[in-house]
Amino acid sequence: MSSVATATRTTEKRPEAPKGRSRIAKLLATQQLQIVFVLLVIYAIFAIMRPETFPTLYNLRGIVVNTSILAVLGAGMTLVIITGGIDLSVGSVLVFSGVIASKTMVAAGGQGWGVAALGVAVAGACGLGWGLLNGVLIAKLNIPPLIVTLGTLGMALGFSQIITKGVDLRDAPDVLVNNIGFGNVFGQVPWISVIALVVVIVVGVLLHRSRWGLHVFAIGSNAEAGRRVGLKVDRQLIGVYALAGLLAGFAGLLNLVFYQSTTIGGQTQTNLNVIAGVVIGGTSLFGGVGTIFGTIIGLFIPAVLQNGFVILGVQPFWQQVVVGAVLVAAVYADQTRRARALRGGRSTGFRFPFLNPHGTTPTKEQS
Amino acid sequence: MAPVLQARGITREYGHVTALAGADFEVEAGEVVALIGDNGAGKSTLTRILSGTDLPTSGEILFEGEPVTLGSPVAARELGIETVYQDLALAPHLSPVQNMYLGREVMKHGLLGRLGFMDKAAMRAGSRKAFDDLGATVRDLDGPVGGMSGGQRQGIAVARAAAWASKVIFLDEPTAALGVVQTRNVLDLIRRTAANGIAVVFISHSMPHVIDVSDRVQVMRQGRRVATFRTADTSMEQLVGAMTGALEGSTA
Repeated sequence: MSSVATATRTTEKRPEAPKGRSRIAKLLATQQLQIVFVLLVIYAIFAIMRPETFPTLYNLRGIVVNTSILAVLGAGMTLVIITGGIDLSVGSVLVFSGVIASKTMVAAGGQGWGVAALGVAVAGACGLGWGLLNGVLIAKLNIPPLIVTLGTLGMALGFSQIITKGVDLRDAPDVLVNNIGFGNVFGQVPWISVIALVVVIVVGVLLHRSRWGLHVFAIGSNAEAGRRVGLKVDRQLIGVYALAGLLAGFAGLLNLVFYQSTTIGGQTQTNLNVIAGVVIGGTSLFGGVGTIFGTIIGLFIPAVLQNGFVILGVQPFWQQVVVGAVLVAAVYADQTRRARALRGGRSTGFRFPFLNPHGTTPTKEQS
Repeated sequence: MAPVLQARGITREYGHVTALAGADFEVEAGEVVALIGDNGAGKSTLTRILSGTDLPTSGEILFEGEPVTLGSPVAARELGIETVYQDLALAPHLSPVQNMYLGREVMKHGLLGRLGFMDKAAMRAGSRKAFDDLGATVRDLDGPVGGMSGGQRQGIAVARAAAWASKVIFLDEPTAALGVVQTRNVLDLIRRTAANGIAVVFISHSMPHVIDVSDRVQVMRQGRRVATFRTADTSMEQLVGAMTGALEGSTA
């Protein structure tokens, strides 16, 4: 969505189409700008209140590191939500993948790069497997995404606890822990964040520049229209959930080497935190609209708040209160403005697509 | 000359309901055929079958004289048959260009294309040309079509079908939700498309539009074609009479 055409239209008479152009594009741009602005304001407030501790490179590094794993999950979640779906299972899939990867690497033995590569492959495969299961159940059996991924959330976590008997595993090869878990590039930039950034950029290019990504938007916008022009909607949906699963699996490995723990009990809110970041970043729960960039900004807001409150000595639980309020406000803004931007849109009575089998909600196209 | 698309004795049953009871139909290259009939007469079912979204229970479909099976919309499109559906079937969040080429994107040459990158400039130029060819007023190629007026969206849907159809276009109630000026534009689009040698099938409840734009009128009632008229030789009374069953017969 570029803005090339704005300048050429001013002289034309527009009897029946008042400002039709790019309402959503503009809306998206404004929403993203607003959210960047919100992030900067929050950062500035903390920086003014604690100038000697908050705006330091060291502290910023901490915030970035804490956001890195969520960003990998958020990239996948953005795709899923653009299709009009949801994935509640990411936190559990992350834990499951970490558990299996840890077990496999211990069984294989050694601390070198060979076993590390094995761990990466196994973690990715686990995530891919859960993602494929999600996708097939959603696309082929037409079970609502909310229910499918609620189911796999429980299953993946349950299996993790069965395998470990509920006790966290702590084994990860030294090369991974020392390099990726704690290592830095150029002395200051953490490897884990560099890896997350690469993942996010690759997914961003895939979504915003490739045909495959265009079809993700098309399916979220009007699945039936896609079907009629010959898009393989089912296969595309399975691909999106599989990719989200793969990323969750990879995040599981990052999580394992960063915390040196499978964090079985620590991921119960991960899915909701990621969804909140995606939505705050301007991706619509109604499908068809969203950006990876917005998601990253949306994930930084809770991280900055958390960090800032800790430094201020405010109870960090306030972070949840503020993030909750920002989330509700973001969705409300999205909903009302989108209703006005799309002709025939309704301001009330929206039904969220992920509560229904895919593609069965009334399209916003009908006038 | 064989009709470009012909249906013989098409039946379609949904359980105990008979939607089509041996319907015949044909359309020739470069002509506009109006398909009319009361609600439930079988127009939409016949259109769905001829555009590949539904399969007949029995009967024969001939494309340029050869029997064909239209198992899917994709199969129909490969023969050069395009359909503009009543609900337009555009993706509201995508731009006119993206909708125009959805499912048929032009890829970049070489490695980038194989990696999934699209030739956006080519698609933009192609869309511009398609809209201009049909006189469709699409002012903005980059904004989401969901924000555009009904007339513009209709123009995009018709232009998309016209650009890809090499043989036949079905238009299901293309003027149903439009104002006077926009309706005029769509009817002009239809004439221009037919002038390019494409067969146009126009389904409508509006008798003035039917008489205005069509060369022939085929009337359906109770799942059959009951009459065919040359538009020049008929009148609104005659058409309504044939639709309601007050009048039987055919003049062409």
